Amino acid sequence: MLKRKEKLSILGFALLVMIAVAPVSNAMHIMEGYLPLAHCILWMVICIPFLVIGLLNIKKTLGEDRRTLMLLALTGAFVFVLSSLKIPSVTGSCSHMTGTGLGAILFGPCVTSILGIIVLLFQAVLLAHGGLTTLGANCFSMAIAGPILAYAVYKLLIKMNVNKKVTVFLAAFLGDLFTYCVTSVELAIAYPSEVGGFGASVIKFLGIFATTQVPLAIIEGILTVVIVIALETYARNELKSLSF
Amino acid sequence: MSKNTKTVIILLVIAVLIAIVPLFALRNAEFGGSDDAGSQMISEIQGKEYEPWFTPVLENALGGELPGEVESMIFCVQTGIGVGIVAFVLGRYVERKKWTDKLQKENKGNNVEQNAKTDMA
Repeated sequence: MLKRKEKLSILGFALLVMIAVAPVSNAMHIMEGYLPLAHCILWMVICIPFLVIGLLNIKKTLGEDRRTLMLLALTGAFVFVLSSLKIPSVTGSCSHMTGTGLGAILFGPCVTSILGIIVLLFQAVLLAHGGLTTLGANCFSMAIAGPILAYAVYKLLIKMNVNKKVTVFLAAFLGDLFTYCVTSVELAIAYPSEVGGFGASVIKFLGIFATTQVPLAIIEGILTVVIVIALETYARNELKSLSF
Repeated sequence: MSKNTKTVIILLVIAVLIAIVPLFALRNAEFGGSDDAGSQMISEIQGKEYEPWFTPVLENALGGELPGEVESMIFCVQTGIGVGIVAFVLGRYVERKKWTDKLQKENKGNNVEQNAKTDMA
């Protein structure tokens, strides 16, 4: 019964994606210098507590079980790989995944914020992709808001006894998608439309970011499930000490 | 082939398909770089060309944009670092499981032998 529902929902998604084929448009992180200074500072300040808690959490987790260090490295590397792959999407433009879902469900959103900001710094400094001034905003959307949602979805579905693979998929999928929704909101706050104001802008930016991201979010969900399957087969003890 | 192996293979095939199909389905699309449409939208909303107030540090240092080929090289470096670490860690885990499984089997074998000996005595 459940399988049938899954199939139906996947089909539904596929249809939605096909209908949503929009004109050429593309975007990922917010570009350098594209947010007013006040916004840059504000987003950075919002990020700081998460980053501090993240550092403390990493210290605590590693103190409890040193072996989780390898798992943390793997999770960080997963973010590195996924956020470097620009993938063509149904909207006729490219975007990339975030890879933060895995970190969120294994280590929690705060630790993931540290992993995320490392990648964002790498891309901002070496690739001129994203930016140092917009680091706070990008960090909030990709390394905090997305992971928080992924974590919440994961906890909720586990409590409801949903199949674990489906849970992991949905957590990573929704976390990825949510990242780009938050990016749209951040941009809309900075650039409200003359007609329709903030709301109209959100819809415009969502049209770019979210639709492009849907198929990529599906891929991210799938890849996260694959990694989790591998870890459950080969690293049971580590997962146990993270109470996964 | 175990059930997990099958699931993983099927999932990976689906992932690759999702990534590749748009390329063939939308032959005329640009599949352009990342940030251009976002800035276009901002210009559209503002009704004028937007001038970023801060240029990337790297572009400042270079005195211009990062060449496309170099950019793709650095993106590859990023992927490479990531894949390297993932492969290293997973490789260790896989090897470790092989050994622990083997040791467990041997221990079991020894126990059975010992039991047989005590039975004989």
